[in-house]
Amino acid sequence: MKRVICIECPNGCALEINEETLEVTGNRCKRGEIFIKSELTNPKRTIQTTVKTIFKEVPVVPVRVSSLIPKDKIFDVMKEIKKVVIDKKLKIGDVVIKDVLDLGVDVIITSNKLNEF
Amino acid sequence: MNNHYDLIVIGSGPAGISSAISAKENGSNCLLIEREASLGGILKQCIHDGFGLITFNEKLSGPEYIERYIEKFKKLNIDYLTLAFVIDIKKTPENFILEVVTRDGIKEFYSDSLILACGCRERTAKGVFIHGTRPYGVLTAGSAQALVNLNGVVVGKNVCILGSGDIGLIMARRMVLEGANVIGVYEIKDTPSGLSRNIHQCLNDYNIPLHLSTTVKRVFGYERLEAIEIVKVDKNFKPIDGTEEIIECDTLLLSVGLIPENELGEKIGIEIDSRTKGAKCDNNFETVIDNVYTCGNSTHVNDLVDYVSLSGKIAGKMTTIKKDSPRLLKDIIIKGNTMYLVPQMLNINSDLSNVEMFFRSNCDLKEPIITISVDGNIIFKKKYMVLRPPEMEKISVNLSQVNKDSTIEFNIEGIKL
Ligand SMILES: Cc1cc2nc3c(=O)[nH]c(=O)nc-3n(C[C@H](O)[C@H](O)[C@H](O)COP(=O)(O)OP(=O)(O)OC[C@H]3O[C@@H](n4cnc5c(N)ncnc54)[C@H](O)[C@@H]3O)c2cc1C
Ligand code: SF4
Repeated sequence: MKRVICIECPNGCALEINEETLEVTGNRCKRGEIFIKSELTNPKRTIQTTVKTIFKEVPVVPVRVSSLIPKDKIFDVMKEIKKVVIDKKLKIGDVVIKDVLDLGVDVIITSNKLNEF
Repeated sequence: MNNHYDLIVIGSGPAGISSAISAKENGSNCLLIEREASLGGILKQCIHDGFGLITFNEKLSGPEYIERYIEKFKKLNIDYLTLAFVIDIKKTPENFILEVVTRDGIKEFYSDSLILACGCRERTAKGVFIHGTRPYGVLTAGSAQALVNLNGVVVGKNVCILGSGDIGLIMARRMVLEGANVIGVYEIKDTPSGLSRNIHQCLNDYNIPLHLSTTVKRVFGYERLEAIEIVKVDKNFKPIDGTEEIIECDTLLLSVGLIPENELGEKIGIEIDSRTKGAKCDNNFETVIDNVYTCGNSTHVNDLVDYVSLSGKIAGKMTTIKKDSPRLLKDIIIKGNTMYLVPQMLNINSDLSNVEMFFRSNCDLKEPIITISVDGNIIFKKKYMVLRPPEMEKISVNLSQVNKDSTIEFNIEGIKL
């Protein structure tokens, strides 16, 4: 038996998997089953952080990865994000880094605040 | 801009914005007032994801969630003021008078209804008992969150966190991503206050230890924080002598709880529920004062923004519905392991066919059963796998059969974990 807390929604179900039969218990929905299986083979996470801008009114803007990345790549991706300085008035969804570290995901802006001043 | 409105909304977080949208869509001439420079409330600084799962079935970040609503709000051409601070409210027989500090000086505004959507504030070092000096480096988790996420300022290098509330957990991860060393989270209770998923994805993922039944006794340092003294506590939160430990750090973040903000409402007589610490309300989010509504975190501290928006939507619409007869309010009696229930009362002279009820249990419970009874007869029953205080639940209930002589009881019973 392996136990994992599901992070897919605020319910945070305490999941259990029988490693022989792969039977999952404790999940209140289907997503829990998918989550525990990926968590035990190839754990993935998202990251949200900020990037610097050249605008003094809005010194940083929030960004996130467009989709899940392997958990062990979090700090490598952070390093790439920290290199970026934004000098254009980008908006929500605009890509800051395309296909970051060849992981197949982009780093995108999550606010329109650069267009508000 | 005319100074008379059907409705004035105070606060532009998800609660205030949703309420203004719904009031306007139902024909109200309304004004929204916000003290900060831009709309959005606390979500502007909540850049992490997890917002809007129920409404959009997506895991949005705070800004992405709120900006969807702001876009709609602006399309509806609703009047609003930013950098405008409501400092006083008066109630006259005709209407409400608001005194507002604006960029052009102090102004008065008048309205028939009010929605108080001022959110909540964090408990500070004054609210918890810590000995020692007051050096720089001791601040609330939310202030540190605003500094890093809005201004790009990382407040410290070696960080300890007091309290295991969600903001503290989220900030633990955030500080690590920004290159800080998070030494540990110290929680006085023997169970965490935050959601299990945040313990997992914010602490466990980054190997940040959580120390339960532990608190901070003293802080050291003159200009800047230099160290803290932690101590283990017993069941009654009494420090256990000999378990003290000194930990060097330059930052202590406090994540010791949120308190609904209702100072303005209290000036005109709204009542505060001692359990939620927020404004007491009926099934339409109307407070004990007629035509004064509450929603979002000023009603009770929500952990799901979707429910914040929902409460705003209901309150906004209700301000536009003319009452055929005066309100007849009836308290709901709460029993068993209920920590709190919103609404606390029902307006018998309103539609009770679909009452949204929000509640928490007061301890971890296995297989609890929620029952609602009217005059001793159970009219609603729901079973859960588990209920924990950090996880708020919502049910929709038909209470049409309640009349002015009914006794209404809400009960949670289960096996203590
Ligand atoms: C740090 C943190 C993390 C969270 N994480 C999540 C999460 O992961 N997922 C999720 O679904 N939910 C989360 N939540 C919950 C959710 O975001 C909040 O419950 C919600 O934002 C509360 O909305 P509100 O409109 O009631 O208050 P707020 O957003 O706080 O807005 C209140 C507004 O009122 C204004 N105001 C107050 N007094 C006055 C006055 N006198 N005059 C003028 N204006 C005034 C304030 O400036 C503020 O803008 C989180 C909350 C916090 C604090
Ligand atoms: S199993 Fe389903 S209900 Fe439970 S936490 Fe995961 S996503 Fe949420």
